[in-house]
Amino acid sequence: MSFYILRRVLYAIPIAFGVSVVCFSLVYIAPGDPLQTVLPPDATAETIAIVKHAYGFDKPLPMQFLIWLGRVLTGNFGVSIATRRPVFLEVTDALSNTALLAMFAAPIAFLTGYVMGVVAGCFPGRWLDRVVTGAAVMGVSLPNYWLGIVLVIVFAVELMLLPATGMGPSGSTGFHIYEWSSAKFLVLPVATLAMIPIGILSRTTRAAVAEVRNQDFVQTLRAKGLSEWAVIRHVLKNSLPTVMAVMGLQFGYLIGGSILVETVFTWPGSGFLLSKAIINRDVPVLQGTILTLSLVFVATNLIVDLLQSLIDPRIGRA
Amino acid sequence: MTDDFSIIPAKAGIQGGGALVAALDPRFHGGDGVTKEQTEPLFAQQAPPATRVRGYWQSVFYRLRHDPVTLVFAAIVLLIVLAALFAPLIAPFDPYKESIVGRLKPFGWRGHLLGTDELGRDVLSRLLYGGRVSLSMGVAPVLCATLIGGMLGVIAGFVGGRTNTAIMRTMDVFYAFPSVLLAVAIAGAMGGGMANGMLALTLVFIPPMCRVAETATTQVRALDFIEAARASGAKTMTIIRYHVLGNVLGPVFIYASSLVSVSILLASGLSFLGLGVRPPVPDWGLMLSTLRQSIYVVPLVCASPGFAIFITSICCNLVSDGLRAAMDVRM
Repeated sequence: MSFYILRRVLYAIPIAFGVSVVCFSLVYIAPGDPLQTVLPPDATAETIAIVKHAYGFDKPLPMQFLIWLGRVLTGNFGVSIATRRPVFLEVTDALSNTALLAMFAAPIAFLTGYVMGVVAGCFPGRWLDRVVTGAAVMGVSLPNYWLGIVLVIVFAVELMLLPATGMGPSGSTGFHIYEWSSAKFLVLPVATLAMIPIGILSRTTRAAVAEVRNQDFVQTLRAKGLSEWAVIRHVLKNSLPTVMAVMGLQFGYLIGGSILVETVFTWPGSGFLLSKAIINRDVPVLQGTILTLSLVFVATNLIVDLLQSLIDPRIGRA
Repeated sequence: MTDDFSIIPAKAGIQGGGALVAALDPRFHGGDGVTKEQTEPLFAQQAPPATRVRGYWQSVFYRLRHDPVTLVFAAIVLLIVLAALFAPLIAPFDPYKESIVGRLKPFGWRGHLLGTDELGRDVLSRLLYGGRVSLSMGVAPVLCATLIGGMLGVIAGFVGGRTNTAIMRTMDVFYAFPSVLLAVAIAGAMGGGMANGMLALTLVFIPPMCRVAETATTQVRALDFIEAARASGAKTMTIIRYHVLGNVLGPVFIYASSLVSVSILLASGLSFLGLGVRPPVPDWGLMLSTLRQSIYVVPLVCASPGFAIFITSICCNLVSDGLRAAMDVRM
């Protein structure tokens, strides 16, 4: 068991290394010189050489990578070209805002999706199952950026119940989660973000529950004379590892893949920061955000795998 | 994920005799990939005509024909594709023609069925033309990724050993990125544009495609009929082309069909972020992004490009579900 945990943790290290290589090379797959954004178009060859040396671009690529990696490991992501603030602060601020959305969206989505999936899986082929399956297909097919716009049209433009974009009323300082004037800015983004995980989770839960119900041990439980409720309890317990794996993946997507929803709601999270960095060609922020988000994703997957091995002893032994 | 359905033979007419390979490879029992000419004489000799078993593809088509839901949604997908293909013939207006007086008009204004956008261009015509860009940006990356990822997966699965480790561990690195993030990162770093967007999506879809192909290949490779084929003197390429590919294409095809809807959503998402096609080319994601500024003026018009994305993606999803059900022998 502890061997499995150790192996899994060690396995995450080369992955994290590979991720950092990809993030580093992002700058170099860009057409043209990465310095183009920093230098004025009429810079002389001499200025270019000086700036190149200052940024370390005159060294060979592997050297540059090692220097960059060394800086990143000590939390030094460089300085944003657009705001002149340290990238590390920009990213952590934005990440906390993204995490706030995920903290609300994840429980709502997981609970709704799980309950829907269990109900559908316990009554396969009945009308409840069809309703859930239909809703789930809609959930996974919805472009969430469009759903966000539709929700804004309904609740902000037509009904004028909720604010359309932003985080907190204009001029307010800080975000106060216990005050409705602040909290109401959360409602639409959270509802939009929750939609896809609900669809995916109810589909997987339904499939997992239906599959476990078809296994022989369920027949044995029934033959033993257990009540239907007790049988369902066994079924749920056995379908949990699959469901948890999907939940973990979806939580990672909520953190790392929220760029579209955050752009729709101009929510100052990591996704919004990323889309601003792309528009401004702000390379240090681009690198820093992508690296942080993907490392969070790697860490989430690791934690989920470990949790899974805790609830399902079969995994650790394999 | 064990997509091993086409590997498990459905017991059919062959009893005893015949080549060992024929007895072991599921497709000789009416599995997949065998053409009618090849199947017919086999069954004619060895099975009585009364209990003639349908070929794999025949039974897939039989099940599809009797699945009205899938048929209806497939028809809608076909309709959308045709509408995009014949956009120049059916579009009521020029998608690039701007009008200063006719900006942001509601549904039905002066023959503009779906209203006009912020530059006075007809939204319906732009949706029809936009379908060409959005659909090709959705389908092309899936095709490329299926070819490249599938090939890598088959190589990794068939060769095994270090090659497998090298290919699959590289894929694992790309798995460590959420798909949206990877697509945005690559497209963003390369500076946007339609070609870069498609390239980014292709790179996003290669790793999962490769994994599906690798899993299927590894499972097939371990089965006895591969060994039997090799013992009977078949060349490696013949084994791969005939015995491996025939059994791997099914899962790969099913997975690719499920990716189309994801790809359309992601492609439009990239355009929505300004990383896909450049204006004034009509594209659903781009239209949604520019019309978003006008939700206070004509909310319904602004929502219509997203509706097109949604309908296309849900229909593709349901057709893919239907295909999966039809191709899954166990169901």
